[in-house]
Amino acid sequence: MLESIEMRKAYGDTMIELAAKNPKIVSLQADLTGANGMKEFHAKYPDRSFNVGIAEANMVGVAAGMAACGMLPFVHSFGTFSTRRCYDQITISVCYAGLNVKIIGSDPGVGAELNGGTHMALEDAGIMRNLPGMVIFEPVDSTQLKSALPQIVDHPGPVYIRLFRKNAEKIFGDGYVFHWGKADLLHEGSDVAILASGVCVKEALDAADLLKSEGISARVLNVSMMKPIDKEAVISAAKECGALVTAENHSIINGLGSAVAEVLAENAPAPLERVGVRDHFGQVGRARDLMETFGIVAKDIAAAARKAVARKA
Amino acid sequence: MDERNLAELKTLSKEARKLFIEMMANLGVGHIGGSLSIIDALVYLYYREMRVRPQEPRWEDRDRLVISKGHAGPALYALLAMKGFFDKKELMTLNKLGTHLPSHCDMKLTTGIDMTAGSLGQGLSAAVGMAIALRMQKKDSRVYCIVGDGEAQEGQIWEALMYAGSQQLDNLVVIIDDNGMQIDNYTDALNAVRPFDKRLAAFGFEVINVDGHDFNQLDNAFYKAKTIKKRPTAVIMSTVKGKGFSFCEGKLSNHNMKVSADDLASALKELA
Repeated sequence: MLESIEMRKAYGDTMIELAAKNPKIVSLQADLTGANGMKEFHAKYPDRSFNVGIAEANMVGVAAGMAACGMLPFVHSFGTFSTRRCYDQITISVCYAGLNVKIIGSDPGVGAELNGGTHMALEDAGIMRNLPGMVIFEPVDSTQLKSALPQIVDHPGPVYIRLFRKNAEKIFGDGYVFHWGKADLLHEGSDVAILASGVCVKEALDAADLLKSEGISARVLNVSMMKPIDKEAVISAAKECGALVTAENHSIINGLGSAVAEVLAENAPAPLERVGVRDHFGQVGRARDLMETFGIVAKDIAAAARKAVARKA
Repeated sequence: MDERNLAELKTLSKEARKLFIEMMANLGVGHIGGSLSIIDALVYLYYREMRVRPQEPRWEDRDRLVISKGHAGPALYALLAMKGFFDKKELMTLNKLGTHLPSHCDMKLTTGIDMTAGSLGQGLSAAVGMAIALRMQKKDSRVYCIVGDGEAQEGQIWEALMYAGSQQLDNLVVIIDDNGMQIDNYTDALNAVRPFDKRLAAFGFEVINVDGHDFNQLDNAFYKAKTIKKRPTAVIMSTVKGKGFSFCEGKLSNHNMKVSADDLASALKELA
């Protein structure tokens, strides 16, 4: 079931609440304030809101300077432009300099929809993953986002948030509490573990249902933090289920699939199948159609699970 | 500026050049030219202009300095050692494994450095962010940022200049080190980044042209900058790359060059 609130609205509302408590919080924009849900924040806190125009590199550098003077800047753009467009600035002026800047990339992957291939971030989390100290967080729904944001504010270093803009599938109930660096167990299972993120989490749950009718018991984990990855959850999934599938709205290269593969290879080798965008660019289309075209929906995940199970020794 | 103050700055300038060239000769190689073109400006900033506390380097009300052309770090290290941010003996560790003094300015490693730089074009944006943050915090601290002329070929410099003008940052002084040279050739020969004065005026700056090796002109410029309201100031310094030592002064090869024992001996003789 879709949530009644857009993710960007949940983000903007929560940022307004957090800014009321923390006077250091500052928002920076590069001409996409509405896209990431921060229009109300900018109206409410005009003295703490800056729109640098279409100049992402400068936005990140300005944020770094603000952080060096004790402010807590959040920079925003589409996921493409808040990462790869200003990658060297994030690398040197933020991460290498040790400055605390939070980076928001909206509309990841298929979320770019009709903006198409030029705007479709399929490698954003991957390039952020390479940066020492960078945390990568992709909230699965607004409940998780709201629970995580105060912890992100308190975290003393850079965080990249992959922010799906529209209404997400509701995954968590009101009592949910976000635990830093921990995967969420959504469905217990013993034959195969599906580790999914973002819009692929609901697909993974649907895949588990499909597999159940075939007698395959699938564990489903929501991995909202690609970095630091929850190694324990990956290792126990390998040991207890013996086969794994990853599912992500991102390239399988240097994405969640890669992160899980690295943990497996070094700790608990087990068959792994990666569901994600298979080394090609994006294109225009509605999110659902793109997910089907890219092969990242429930039937694809179920097929990958069967394959992984069949590979068990 | 009176004669006594001028003489004092000239003496300090000689000391800075001595520490600098000894540091470079100890290593035998380094970014010589772009350090010597700004070292007089650094002497002026640290002894006449900026409010800093060497015993309390993270003092929140201090003025900030960003050397956006981060490869001029060694010139800054000489000044920081002179001011007592760290011991002068530490200068001899320059660029050795485990040092606190790397080629390019590093705020995590070096006491007294306000911003990391090295990937050209980025420091000015940080300086703009600092100026905005200090204004938000209602501090009267000022921000100084040294940008190389070659560095200004980077597009991000112009993004930052545009935003500084747009934000009317009268607590920001951008200092252009216009030494006319870059690694491969004269700046005019590669990609004509001049004229700085007309371009920066068009970006909303109060523009002051000076000889970057003349303390009286620097004194007048920085004094005037403090009187400018509602817009940032650009001090465009005409400088000589490698200024002060005949083995390197004005030579196109001086960006990163070897310094022999003979070079050091001749340099020290010229300072005497």
